[in-house]
Amino acid sequence: MKKFDKERVLLAVAAPLLALVAAFLLTALVLAATGKAPFNAFGIMFDYGVKADSQVYILNKATTYYLAGLAVAIGFRMNLFNIGVDGQYRLAAFFAAVVGGALELPGLVQIPLIILVAMLVGAMWASIAGLLKVYRGVSEVISTIMLNSLSGILISYLLVDGRLADLDKQTNIVATDPLPSSSHFFTIPAGGDLDPVFGFIVVAALAGVGFWFLLGRTRFGFDLRAVGRSESAAQASGVDVKRMVLTSMLLSGGMAGLIGMPTLLNDTHQFTSDFPAGIGFTGIAIALLGRNNPVGIALAAVLWGFLERGANRLEFEGYDKEIVGVMQGVIVLCVVIAYELVRRYGLKRQQQRVGAELAAQARKSEKKKEVAV
Amino acid sequence: MPLGAPPSLHALAPQECAIKAASPPKGAPAGDVGDVAVQLRGITKRFPGVVANHDIDITVRRGTVHALVGENGAGKSTLMKILYGMQRPDEGTIELDGAPVELHSPADAISRGVGMVHQHFMLADNFTVLENVVLGAEKLHGIGGKARARIKEISDAYGLGVRPDVMVEDLGVADRQRVEILKVLYRGARTLILDEPTAVLVPQEVDALFANLRDLKAEGLTVLFISHKLGEVLAVADDITVIRRGTTVASVVPSETDPRRLAELMVGSELPSPETRESTVTDTGMLTLDGVRLTATDVDGVERAVLDDIGLRIRKGEVLGIAGVEGNGQAELVEAIMGMRDPDAGTITLDGADISHAPTRKRREDGIGYIPEDRHRHGLLLEAPLWENRILGHVTEPPNSKGGLLNPAAARRDTERIVATYDVRTPGIEVTAASLSGGNQQKLIVGREMSHHPKLLIAAHPTRGVDVGAQAQIWDQIRTARREGLAVLLISADLDELIGLSDTLRVMYRGRLVADADPATITPEELGSAMTGAASGHLEHPAEDAAEADEAEVTTGGEDR
Repeated sequence: MKKFDKERVLLAVAAPLLALVAAFLLTALVLAATGKAPFNAFGIMFDYGVKADSQVYILNKATTYYLAGLAVAIGFRMNLFNIGVDGQYRLAAFFAAVVGGALELPGLVQIPLIILVAMLVGAMWASIAGLLKVYRGVSEVISTIMLNSLSGILISYLLVDGRLADLDKQTNIVATDPLPSSSHFFTIPAGGDLDPVFGFIVVAALAGVGFWFLLGRTRFGFDLRAVGRSESAAQASGVDVKRMVLTSMLLSGGMAGLIGMPTLLNDTHQFTSDFPAGIGFTGIAIALLGRNNPVGIALAAVLWGFLERGANRLEFEGYDKEIVGVMQGVIVLCVVIAYELVRRYGLKRQQQRVGAELAAQARKSEKKKEVAV
Repeated sequence: MPLGAPPSLHALAPQECAIKAASPPKGAPAGDVGDVAVQLRGITKRFPGVVANHDIDITVRRGTVHALVGENGAGKSTLMKILYGMQRPDEGTIELDGAPVELHSPADAISRGVGMVHQHFMLADNFTVLENVVLGAEKLHGIGGKARARIKEISDAYGLGVRPDVMVEDLGVADRQRVEILKVLYRGARTLILDEPTAVLVPQEVDALFANLRDLKAEGLTVLFISHKLGEVLAVADDITVIRRGTTVASVVPSETDPRRLAELMVGSELPSPETRESTVTDTGMLTLDGVRLTATDVDGVERAVLDDIGLRIRKGEVLGIAGVEGNGQAELVEAIMGMRDPDAGTITLDGADISHAPTRKRREDGIGYIPEDRHRHGLLLEAPLWENRILGHVTEPPNSKGGLLNPAAARRDTERIVATYDVRTPGIEVTAASLSGGNQQKLIVGREMSHHPKLLIAAHPTRGVDVGAQAQIWDQIRTARREGLAVLLISADLDELIGLSDTLRVMYRGRLVADADPATITPEELGSAMTGAASGHLEHPAEDAAEADEAEVTTGGEDR
């Protein structure tokens, strides 16, 4: 049986590799079309990306992206398209910042409390889409898009001087009350005069392990994956599909609640109107690229951070930084295509091998029979 | 001697005279008959894990109905897919009207005058008949008046009685089938392939279909008719080709054969028999249904009872067979017992416990084993490895899990055991379920369900789409289960399987159990008439005064077996 395993690993690696190579070639074409030397651009990005301060930047970015990828992947594993991760994490971060800013408890109590609030808000916001799907048959794609919009409106309504935020007269920025310094998450010094690495990377790693364990090793995870592979078979096997939809929406939303935490607890310590937006959508790309697998998502998150770091540098060197956006888009497209191609190829190949092995077995037994006759 | 076929043109020389004598064509233009419309020579198709076609030789004369018979899984459908361009043969040649052709796609086949009516209709419900017919063939006669006129013309020419402006969702099964036939004719087909066209029809509809086929034949069209129902084949076909284990084993004409001989040709000498011997029925009830009623909203938005006042009792060691034309509530009955649908009224009792509204998982844990009708939709995760499929449906039970945690190592070991014990032909347990043939998938499912020692086994069409070898094994498993005191609910479209395996028979018609019968004395014909609602109550042979007629009926009645 080992050889099948080996081949499967090979195929699993082949797909993203194929996609990345294709994406770089396509981007090179785009660059060449704009009259720029493509390989020079890649060289700049690479040289800059491996610098020590870039590595810290990439790790910190990747922490956020990793959590976003996980949040989306939970839905993907059971064929739920939670586009609403974006709205869920922003709303979660906002309320977490409000609660955190209003309290002054010891860090050991307050930090978990802030994280808990974020996860609960994310889960509750996601549950609206889950309930609508289960009881009213509303597609989660539609409802979560709407909820994204609503969460934006809700935040801009509440993030106003005198409501849940204050206006800083000097900088003219509206923000929630800053967290007390006891609620700042620990950081990992990177040495020298480099920025420290977010301590939240530890939480992200734990979330990844939890994701793997829950899906791969528990009964619940088996049920969840069964629904993702075949809803009808899962139902016949005894899975309560409706409850599963609701539960995984809650899990996905809860995980989405964590996305804003590295920024809030390790970086800004308050929610401002320029709190990072759109990471929920990045999470979709990263989950796709990482094949909904916790290790794959980690690699994808790092790659994304790397590309964005390179983008900043390219601008300095006279390139259009949009080229990285093009590259990211092309990667996602290539990944989707490559996975499907490799999946079909793998399935077909396996069927052929099974057929060939069985034919060989049959021939052998037939020969024996002939001899016996 | 109305047929003017020059013997040399017909490859099956020994039967030549018989054909001439036996099958007077109804108004076939003499010039057409005897021309060869389709000739397949040495067709071989290797296919992963399933019965391949090999060395298939078939000659189909123009203006005839040519039946292709064989058991489920014998390779009929694959062969027809080859002729329709959906599959490429690995070896062999296809000749249409005497010219060799290579068919790369159904479009190729259609352009050469070969059309196919699939077993499962491919119509858009929310379109009218006209729209469905012109869909994809807009270039022929447009989509307006000209197309409508052409549809009328075809419909009248062949007596199809198709109304172009009716919505397809308002049509019954037989009408839909006629629309499919018209669709194919509209595209200019001169040779029609009908894949198991009678599977979904009741006998009256079958007769109407056969009348249509005779009209088509009279107009010089050729019909290839795939079936495993021998009575029908003998009624409508001019020539019969028998396929067994992927190859043509005989070519016969209806006048020279009878159902029994045809059946022997179909299954070969080693005719597996579903017959069970001594009774193992006990007095202990296992499953009881009382007054179960289930309603569903049909396509017209009308609420209708799909299960109506169902009452039945299965005892330990008893196989209860449910006969019925498909779609009369059998699937819903299974879903109600499995807990996939919640009955509106009535009670379901398993081993003394009321499970009427218990969730599916609870019922499975309580000992219901389930061999689903559609194993791809309800029995397997096709893209998951075999050992994960072994867990499916029994995730809460050992050896698959302990507490809330999976136990993949134990599940893998047990999968190895199932593969060995139930003779699942696979190179290993890490391959996906999709790479196994239908028979081996089914053996895995049977093995999985039996491994948890169920009290009640629901077997819905357990040998459908399964090769003969696997069929015999699955029958053996059911017999063994019954001997060990299981209660078995068997639902099948194969009347021989039903009569052979069951201890008690019930007939389902329009959501009701309308008749019961003793499998020891009943014939498939008697069962068949109850399935159409023509007979009800306890089906029994007429008393002694009709003994003679009775005996005669038994002899003819047994033929279909």
